[in-house]
Amino acid sequence: MPSKSPAQPGERASWILKISAIAALLFLHIPMWLIFLYSFTTEESAYSFPPPGLTLKWIPQAIATPAMQDALFLTLKVAALATITALILGTLAAAAVYRYEFFGKEAISFMLVLPLALPGIVTGIAMRSAIGLMTIPFSFWTIVIGHATFCVVVVYNNVLARFRRTGGTMVEASMDLGANSFQTFLHIILPNMASALLAGAILAFSLSFDEVIVTTFTAGNQQTLPIWIFSQMLKPRNRPITNVTAMLVVLITAIPILIAQRIVASSHDTEGNK
Amino acid sequence: MLNRISTFFYLRPRLVLALMLIPPLLWFLVVYIGSLMTMLLNSFFYLDGFTGKVVREFTLKTYLKLLDPTNLQIFGRTTLMAVLVTFACILIAFPLSYYMARFTSGRFKTFLYLAVTIPLWSSYVVRVYSWKLILAKEGIITWFANLVHLNGLLDAYLKLPGVGGTSLSISPTGIFIVFVYIWLPYMIIPIQTALERVPKSLIEASSDLGARPSETFRTVILPLAFPGVIAGSIFTFSLTLGDFIVPQLYGTSSYYIGKAVLTYQGTSGNIPLAAAFTMGPIVIMIVYLLIAKKLGAFDAL
Repeated sequence: MPSKSPAQPGERASWILKISAIAALLFLHIPMWLIFLYSFTTEESAYSFPPPGLTLKWIPQAIATPAMQDALFLTLKVAALATITALILGTLAAAAVYRYEFFGKEAISFMLVLPLALPGIVTGIAMRSAIGLMTIPFSFWTIVIGHATFCVVVVYNNVLARFRRTGGTMVEASMDLGANSFQTFLHIILPNMASALLAGAILAFSLSFDEVIVTTFTAGNQQTLPIWIFSQMLKPRNRPITNVTAMLVVLITAIPILIAQRIVASSHDTEGNK
Repeated sequence: MLNRISTFFYLRPRLVLALMLIPPLLWFLVVYIGSLMTMLLNSFFYLDGFTGKVVREFTLKTYLKLLDPTNLQIFGRTTLMAVLVTFACILIAFPLSYYMARFTSGRFKTFLYLAVTIPLWSSYVVRVYSWKLILAKEGIITWFANLVHLNGLLDAYLKLPGVGGTSLSISPTGIFIVFVYIWLPYMIIPIQTALERVPKSLIEASSDLGARPSETFRTVILPLAFPGVIAGSIFTFSLTLGDFIVPQLYGTSSYYIGKAVLTYQGTSGNIPLAAAFTMGPIVIMIVYLLIAKKLGAFDAL
């Protein structure tokens, strides 16, 4: 327990509050742990609890499943390209909003956040309409374009927040000392921005890696990993493989998120020390 | 050479601004706003029942179809689900947010914050899937019910019309639980943020003036937390309205907005009806946002 509590001196959380808080946390986490447990169950076609036995045999089998591999590679490729696009567009937009005053500035943030704020199905069916109306064939690129669109805002938010915290004094100092824009960019702006860009990129990557709603409308017959898992859930053919894949997805997404949180948190710390 | 290019741009800030702004602006106007426009356009077309092709003529026929009793029922059912899910999320989130904001600090607070954000960012499909394991007929709930000899109660509950089904994993109750589970972090974080902003001095002043803790809670903390609750409800409400994965996996044959849209655009190729249907959640959300704005939710964001 923390020694310094922001509550009033002498005031303690009541046990009802503590129990409700713990219950909410368990509710958020237990289902995830169960996926790990069920990845090792010996049972093939049911979800009996407690599992009749535990085994490691599904893990190599899942990894060797060709459909899973294809889906994984497609997802990684899409996420990588969507992230790069989002990095470029998000950073440009953040820099413009930070540095300049212009008409409609307020509207930019609003527009960028819309694809994430409106129900996913709106973005999905909107893109499906465009694809249908202009008879664009479904392809790898239709998925990437959809993903990049809703990833921009996370990069934008991270980069803009960093711009606001670092301020313009260092840039001015660099220019005053005779550096040109390129040198200033390379030696001042980029190092200051690096961790914000990395955090934004990780968040964008995992957002894209997980996405299923918009992808359903832009993928045609292609299957990204989340769509593959979803189709496996609809028609359970090979439950152990699905369980193991689900576990792998949790691991693949959770670890980078932890790293991203660290980066954001540590930059806050250095900020506080200044 | 570089210096000269640098000076060239330095002297023309408007040009630099244009160069920075044009790529993201163009992308969003063409890809996103453009798509939304085609959706709007599509919703005024209609599907020819004979040929199965979309006829590109202006008509309000497609919108009139939304007024069919079955479709109105879908809107009603989805909105009711969104309301219930939102209230359940508030009830579960509030104590945790309150505890985090007022009784924790330092590393422990960071730890709790991570415990809430990791589910938020981890795979949505997998989180949806996890409840299949729990709610399945042979799963944990049934096991637990047998353990405490309440399986009769569980069976009786499943027979109730409107909430029950063949098993919890295929029932409106299942949909409800899974929705609450996956959207809960979206409620916890805004409430916590709002509670963090309640000045300590205000709470002290309240108790100095003789208010009991429960009175302080009711008259000081709760009103100040309210914008956070509204902000969270925007997420839970909007996300529930537009989701089709959960109803598809846990639902009986009854439709929800998302599932209806998916079916119309997919198997029947009726993109106009799907587009018109999507205008439903958009309108509901706009109304909701206007109400939220009146209640001051945006000041808290």
